[in-house]
Amino acid sequence: MSRTRIFRWREWASPVPPVQREVLTSQPVSKGFGEIDGGRPPLLFVPGFGHGAWAFTEKWLEHAAERGFAAYAMSLRGHGDSGAARHTTLRAYAHDVVQVAARLPRRAVLIGHGVGGLAVASALARYPARAGVLVSPVFGGFATFATALWRNPAGTLPAVFGAQLRLRRGQLFGRELGSSQAREYAARVTGVSAPLALWQLLLHRAPEQPVGDAPVLVVGSPDDRIVPLRALERAARRYGGAPLLFPGMGHDLMLDARWQEPIDAILDWLDKPG
Amino acid sequence: MSYDSVRGAAPAPTDAAASWRGGTPVHDRSENVCVIGAGACGLTAIKNLREYGFGVDCYERETGVGGAWNWRHDRSPVYASAHLISSKPFTQFPDFPMPDSWPDYPHHTQVLAYLERYADHFGLREHIWFGTEVTKVEPAEDGRWDVTISGAKSGGSDRTQRYAAVVVANGHNWSPKFPTYEGLEDFKGEVIHASAYKDAAQLRGRRVLVVGAGNTGCDIAVEAAQQASRCWHSSRRGYWYAPKYAYGRPSDQVNDTVLSLRVPLRMRQWLFHRTMRRTVGDLTRFGLPKPDHKIYETHPIANSQLVYYLGHGSITPVPDVVRFTRDAVELADGRVAEPDLVILATGYLPRFEFLAPDLLNVDAEGRPRLYLHAFPPAYPTLAVTGLLQPDSGIFSLMHWQAVTVATWLRLRESAPERAASYWRRHHSDVSGRFNKAKVKQSTRHWFEVSHVDYLRAVEKTLREMEAGQ
Repeated sequence: MSRTRIFRWREWASPVPPVQREVLTSQPVSKGFGEIDGGRPPLLFVPGFGHGAWAFTEKWLEHAAERGFAAYAMSLRGHGDSGAARHTTLRAYAHDVVQVAARLPRRAVLIGHGVGGLAVASALARYPARAGVLVSPVFGGFATFATALWRNPAGTLPAVFGAQLRLRRGQLFGRELGSSQAREYAARVTGVSAPLALWQLLLHRAPEQPVGDAPVLVVGSPDDRIVPLRALERAARRYGGAPLLFPGMGHDLMLDARWQEPIDAILDWLDKPG
Repeated sequence: MSYDSVRGAAPAPTDAAASWRGGTPVHDRSENVCVIGAGACGLTAIKNLREYGFGVDCYERETGVGGAWNWRHDRSPVYASAHLISSKPFTQFPDFPMPDSWPDYPHHTQVLAYLERYADHFGLREHIWFGTEVTKVEPAEDGRWDVTISGAKSGGSDRTQRYAAVVVANGHNWSPKFPTYEGLEDFKGEVIHASAYKDAAQLRGRRVLVVGAGNTGCDIAVEAAQQASRCWHSSRRGYWYAPKYAYGRPSDQVNDTVLSLRVPLRMRQWLFHRTMRRTVGDLTRFGLPKPDHKIYETHPIANSQLVYYLGHGSITPVPDVVRFTRDAVELADGRVAEPDLVILATGYLPRFEFLAPDLLNVDAEGRPRLYLHAFPPAYPTLAVTGLLQPDSGIFSLMHWQAVTVATWLRLRESAPERAASYWRRHHSDVSGRFNKAKVKQSTRHWFEVSHVDYLRAVEKTLREMEAGQ
């Protein structure tokens, strides 16, 4: 059990500035009598840097709804159709996630991708979610920075000096995704102007343990060109498990050619009794 | 009939009475915990006990959740214009934030919507028996409790159920405190308690005397200033009227910024007094008495408008009421007011009629003396939550009390010996005040706590109980 933390001076004395947030949803269709979702918890998908809610509405959201889950996807501040705010920090991202989660009809499962995974990990300490799923989570640190610098110097280096972080197609997708499709997705990935949050990624403390004993699953690919396998394993170990791996896929599991395998595995894990 | 089958709780017992108490059957609810009241405090007790794996039966005599905040309830003290006096970060439960789109100081209907959402989000309603009143709570063997209920759940007649533990969350803002005045019965004007004040229409065109300068009294005086033809506002002493905003932010956020820097009390008092002098100025120029105490020594009053209307001459500040005559009210300074409506904003008193006073370690003045204002020293499986008058929002304090109760009950199960030694070391200590300031005497000052001092004590308790678990 983790140490209980009561005092959150910053949350009390200087709350995160509010923004409008984009939330898209796909609801299961009734198949006869009984509750439409069969008592299954709502899912909240949280995209990471450069991605908006669209990254999940493309494939995963509808698939989850077809399998009977009420599925929601949001955009973090400064992304998609959500509002932007000055001085965006990692704390603000976690705040965005908790705000949306608390508006859902019932206790939700939080599913975060990339930096959204870190936002979810932090949100789990502030909101007693039903469960957490971290998909290719970017927990930051110097190894991740070095990898990004090595694979994409032109997009990464300027961000060190306060310019936008730009992600490249090669970092995000595996080889199996057709190049025209990959180009199309990559064109929708935006630059990230959040210099504070980017610096925090290098230096932040590890997220606190989840409240309410939420189980956490880590999903990723050993061929991810942003998150090294070791980082996935370290993230999973924090929650007492091993990562669920999908070899051959890129960082964007939800858009890659074999997108259905990871989401099915996640939903199976959630459907598993106990 | 198996009412148990719908509960997501511990193994459901059969309906057959397992034992008897004074000729009435006692229905065993095994390891379940009984929560009394489904207001903010009861809801967070259910939610946190469930989170720690306890089965919970909650009894609520009203027909909905929200307790005092549910204006549909007869005993609800809220009036149409009631807004929060603590800003959102201090008001909300720590793990269920209020929406960003709400204002800094939400309206009471938003608080009710928030509590209803909380109940639905965490699926709490299925554990609550509405329209069911707890009439008696008595200790049984092995630290268990016999709870007698009456109402919808028991089919109108009394029914006794046995629980492993009881959490009393019945609130303390529903039983009005009426002061006594000489000649009150002869007074021909109308006299009501603030609990009966619901809408500004009650004031329109009348001559109104508001007694009491608590937050409610100040709110009503401000409304009377706008609606009534005349408004007197009687207070027994000079107070510090904190504005709701300071330095461009909600004042309580500024206050906690200073607190977070661990600035000592005297320095904080000096800073506050200086800020007040520089901004609001000397209130004696409006005829108010000079405060006879420093800030933080009485329950804080957050009201920006009172001073505004004093400055516009719409409120006449007057001292204590001495006596009533047929047509008038005599005041301590010899002045006479001639109101046709008197509103007594004199507060509320905590009441626990279903519990024998010795169970709550009640002292000669009728005050329960409890460890952390929550645990009676002689009964480890009984707890009172929400019996606090904090200088900030109360919901988060209730949340952490509920977490403490749940952690404590778990510890008793998982490590009885450690729990027993913990109990010996701490629970007889009922002297904690959790307030560094010297609080002025009043009927409620004994549970007036500083949210920071109180939460520090709770955190220490939790850490100690969690250690090695």
